[in-house]
Amino acid sequence: MTQYQTETSPAEPMASEPMIIARDVEKWYDNNFHVLRGVSLTVNKGEVLVVMGPSGSGKSTFIRTFNALETYQKGSIEVDGIKLSHDLKNIETIRREVGMVFQQFNLFPHLTVLKNVTLAPIWVRRWPKAKAEEVAMQLLERVGILEQAQKFPGQLSGGQQQRVAIARALAMQPKIMLFDEPTSALDPEMVREVLDVMRSLASSGMTMVVVTHEVGFAREVADRVVLMADGLLVEEATPEEFFNNPREERTKKFLSQIL
Amino acid sequence: MTTTTPTSSAPPDIVQLGPIAWLHKNLFSSWSNSILTIVIVALLLNFLRGFVVWVTTTAQWEVIPLNLPRFMVGLYPANQYWRIWIAFGIITALAGLSWGVLARQTAKLFSLPVLIGIGASCVFMALVPVPPLYRLMLLAGVALVVAGAWVGRQAGRKLPALGRWVSLAWFVSFFVVLWLIGGGLFLRNVSSNDWGGLMLTLIAAIVSIVLCFPAGVVLALGRQSSLPVVRWFSVLYIELIRGIPLIAILFMGQVMLPLFLSPGARVDRILRAIVGLTLFSAAYLAENVRGGLQAIPRGQTEAANALGLNTPLTVGLVVLPQALKISIPAIVGQFISLFQDTTLLAVVGLVELLGISRSILANPQFLGRYAEVYLFIGIIYWVFCYTMSIASRRLERQLNAGQR
Ligand SMILES: Nc1ncnc2c1ncn2[C@@H]1O[C@H](COP(=O)(O)OP(=O)(O)OP(=O)(O)O)[C@@H](O)[C@H]1O
Ligand SMILES: [Mg+2]
Repeated sequence: MTQYQTETSPAEPMASEPMIIARDVEKWYDNNFHVLRGVSLTVNKGEVLVVMGPSGSGKSTFIRTFNALETYQKGSIEVDGIKLSHDLKNIETIRREVGMVFQQFNLFPHLTVLKNVTLAPIWVRRWPKAKAEEVAMQLLERVGILEQAQKFPGQLSGGQQQRVAIARALAMQPKIMLFDEPTSALDPEMVREVLDVMRSLASSGMTMVVVTHEVGFAREVADRVVLMADGLLVEEATPEEFFNNPREERTKKFLSQIL
Repeated sequence: MTTTTPTSSAPPDIVQLGPIAWLHKNLFSSWSNSILTIVIVALLLNFLRGFVVWVTTTAQWEVIPLNLPRFMVGLYPANQYWRIWIAFGIITALAGLSWGVLARQTAKLFSLPVLIGIGASCVFMALVPVPPLYRLMLLAGVALVVAGAWVGRQAGRKLPALGRWVSLAWFVSFFVVLWLIGGGLFLRNVSSNDWGGLMLTLIAAIVSIVLCFPAGVVLALGRQSSLPVVRWFSVLYIELIRGIPLIAILFMGQVMLPLFLSPGARVDRILRAIVGLTLFSAAYLAENVRGGLQAIPRGQTEAANALGLNTPLTVGLVVLPQALKISIPAIVGQFISLFQDTTLLAVVGLVELLGISRSILANPQFLGRYAEVYLFIGIIYWVFCYTMSIASRRLERQLNAGQR
């Protein structure tokens, strides 16, 4: 059920080059709550993987182990061929390759939109300011908020803020993008604009791991959908199989609750 | 949230009372109110009249002009006053420049209240009972502020980097001013025993403020550190210092420190006092900054980390700027306390503004002029503290502009 060699889906003619390999990852919170109970997963280059599952099942915790925002106690994680260790340099190297978008946007409220986007390229990648700003402006144009570059995050709508957050993560030119419920904090009319950006990102070939409850997005964009429940990956399938004819009882129960 | 206090549940009651009862109640209430108002106004007027009568007839003000140089600079040698005037000029020019740079985006630099303030200070400076040359210098100070503001605003609009240069200029001027006052390096030495009055108050306050700020920030960060030794040291320091009154720390510095040091080693008394003030304020400042740090959501750190920023960059670029902004009112409050706490230096024998006042009052010629002298220095303290408070509110507004 949780194997880490995954069949390449037919819609994915690309040679399967693994970008993330998680093997039997286990984690305990406060030494007693077993939140991840041996999770294995491989994400291939250019693949869009959607993670679904009931609240509290450990989805956020799991994807946050990929960029070491969460530690884990057992198993191993490899990102772009680099094994995650406790070494700070190693963690920083991996974080440079992995962008993350949060449910609550987490933009820096004291910086303008442009400065939010250029901060990491300037200080981490050591790009000259002019280059960082040029790239930032291109990204802001791509996510459709070029005119807001000089505003502060607090002056933007939720949807605009989340698009800035996507641009900010992309500015580091990551190889992998993690999305943790990027539309859950948004008003319904703003969900679309964010999903549109994610859709175009997916079609540009970005490797994406997306935790979401947006079934439409998963059906249309995902190469694979996995169901997480109680700290385990319960089912792993193409969107078609996942939604139309799930194998596991747990998946059926979950789908009956959200559909 | 439906806690029903009498006032918040009042509206429905009033509606039920009916208009006449309502009017009656209000009338009654306004009767008591008006009685109260009349009593208070009468008391105030009475007090004010007594005060004005005292100021204009009973009070003998000659103690102030006769001792003005003492009040300002203590026993600083008169033939070296020019050095203080130069320092004064540097500071006023920089203050004006900074004001102009900070206000470069505002619609109008010299708004009506500002113009009134400038006019009032010109009139005041022109009337100060000092030799005409000094009056001219004081007026020049006002002119420097105004000119600096205008230049700062014009230049600040063209050169966005000007703010950084002004900060650098402040940093350099700090040492230049200390050199001007203290001497050495081409200038005659003026022993710090001769520093006094308002000048000493300002030196002690400003140096302590400048030093205690970084110390407080480091202690606040140390208290949150993941390294146990650093955390324990910070907690120990903060809790220890907050448990000791400032006056005890100052006495320790003046009386006990020499006992511990080898007999040859002499540490300047003013320096000892400044160290005491700094160590004391740093602990309180650390707690103010900690309040700000705790108000920053964890998501900010996580977002910064996820972008690849390491801990120093995350703290320096993301967490601290936000935390400090939140803590500005508390921090400035601490600075104001520190400014007022410099009066305790008089108790350990330094002749800052309060100390010099006491020595002037000890002179038989000015026996019994307590009220005049204390009122005078009280106003000086008030002017400086109130200025800081206004500046803090301005700074807050400036930093908040557009962000919410
Ligand atoms: N710092 C923590 N300490 C202890 N328990 C935690 C901590 N963070 C999360 N948990 C618990 O771990 C479990 C998994 O949390 P996680 O946030 O990964 O779930 P999730 O699947 O993302 O849920 P949601 O859909 O609500 O975001 C939850 O039961 C949560 O209460
Ligand atoms: Mg979650």
